[in-house]
Amino acid sequence: MTAFGPFVARARAAGTLVVQPRMGMSEPGRMRAGLLATKDAAATTVGTLTLDSYTRTGEVAAARRAVAEGVPLNGYPITSYPSGVTRSVLHGVADDSFPVQVRHGSARPEKIFSALLAAGLHATEGGPVSYCLPYSRTPLREAVDSWRRCCELLAASRTDGAEPHLETFGGCMMGQLCPPGLLIALSVLEGLFFRRHGLRSISLSYAQQASTRQDEEAVTALQAIAAELLPDVDRHVVIYTYMGVYPLSPGGAQLLLDEAARLAVRTGAARLIVKTTAEAYRIPTVGENVRALESAAAVAAGERRSPPGATPDTGIRAEARGLIDAVLDLHPDIGRALVLAFAKGYLDVPYCLHPDNAGRARSRLDHDGRLHWSDPGSMPIGRSGRTPAAPALSSSELLGALSYVQRSYDRRAFRTSVADGVSVAR
Amino acid sequence: MERGKAGKAGLNVVVTTMVSDSHTWNLVFLQLLLEELGHRVTNLGPCVPDEVLAAECRRRRPDLIVLSSVNGHGYNDGLRVVAGLRACPELRGTPIVIGGKLGIAGAEDGARARALLAAGFDAVFEEAASVDAFRSYVRSLPAGVLL
Repeated sequence: MTAFGPFVARARAAGTLVVQPRMGMSEPGRMRAGLLATKDAAATTVGTLTLDSYTRTGEVAAARRAVAEGVPLNGYPITSYPSGVTRSVLHGVADDSFPVQVRHGSARPEKIFSALLAAGLHATEGGPVSYCLPYSRTPLREAVDSWRRCCELLAASRTDGAEPHLETFGGCMMGQLCPPGLLIALSVLEGLFFRRHGLRSISLSYAQQASTRQDEEAVTALQAIAAELLPDVDRHVVIYTYMGVYPLSPGGAQLLLDEAARLAVRTGAARLIVKTTAEAYRIPTVGENVRALESAAAVAAGERRSPPGATPDTGIRAEARGLIDAVLDLHPDIGRALVLAFAKGYLDVPYCLHPDNAGRARSRLDHDGRLHWSDPGSMPIGRSGRTPAAPALSSSELLGALSYVQRSYDRRAFRTSVADGVSVAR
Repeated sequence: MERGKAGKAGLNVVVTTMVSDSHTWNLVFLQLLLEELGHRVTNLGPCVPDEVLAAECRRRRPDLIVLSSVNGHGYNDGLRVVAGLRACPELRGTPIVIGGKLGIAGAEDGARARALLAAGFDAVFEEAASVDAFRSYVRSLPAGVLL
């Protein structure tokens, strides 16, 4: 039996960052080999079963057909195999020293939750907002109902040996260009939703953005708000290495991963989802994932947590707390409150096209990579959170903002290589 | 809105992707670009099922339909979707274009674009370098054209 939350808590107590890949293969033998390689990496790791896109969108028949015909999928089709197959993938791999989390991306994940429980797993991730608005056409109200049922199902699996664990994806909305105050608010609100529906072991996500200093302030704020609002659950913060347009050069990709590992340690996060140097081009190999896990662990081992007060407060914590309080005031049931908040525009994810998102809020990146609101729409955000008189992004400015991290890290890698005397120009 | 009512104020454009594609930054970019050119955009968002796309286009009678896909399934999905759209009598003459990252193999010899044109698209714009070509194409369309 694997207990995800206690495993991470033990590593944190020992001062070790837990690192985790994204990994999913449709063939059970290859999936098992990938998990074993993750377990054997020279790092404190947890395993991942990333599901394929047919399974995520509920097209179980299409996934079954692909499995029957031996067509490789972009992930592990957990609902298409009998639970015995998944148990055999995990047998002797998943244990107290190596918990495994299921990663999916589904707005209505009932079948996925049933399948992972049937296979003896108790850890997964997502959320009623974060797996509905960016990727699906499911009405938010339906996603909230589905996620309530799923939380209750997962919570009911609690036994002496296993405390089920659920991670919010709300801190990763859209991957890029969402200002941190809203990322924190969504992550905490989804955490509160999970607790309301029975979960007692919860992790809160935050995705690395384009300014390390802003990210440090944001994760510090997330830790503080989580301590205030989720004091009575086992909880930790998980950092996602940058999810937007990725550096093209291996050096730039490595520098970005290094930065994410340092961010996690400095801010007291307990777990890091890594990315590889192949990220800009294709799904990484197992070997590339292992190298990313090991290098992130090595960078983390050389970093220390920042002392309290080390991060200047530019107002992110107050902005996030203001958003959370405004939502909680809308209705005593947090699911209803979330639906009302999006209908009123109190939560409004910039550049998100879902019909239940107001779509009035707009963000900008400033010259040093910090995210701001150029227009907060109807969200209860004061003047201080806005760029003074900043116009909305034009189409070419949007492309520039989307590739800002790629350009700046590729440039840094080039400069570093020149300074090291291994000049690319030669 | 009736096709042709856009008049000199610009075109009514439907921007969309197809059922298997959950990417949206490409759709956001195209909406901004078309709005900067003075056109009105209805953005259908990610993972649009074939029947939703056809129903929306028949209802809205747009002056231009722009399909964008970046997940590598755009070629296969596009062949199927354009056949469905052209089967609707109201959309037989509507300009329909496709662009993005349409296949899983990067470079190709133009066979993909020829097949998409033969299937019913009016233009094919592959990869990011084709933004200028797309802009020129849109500029070449008469505003509020009655076909």
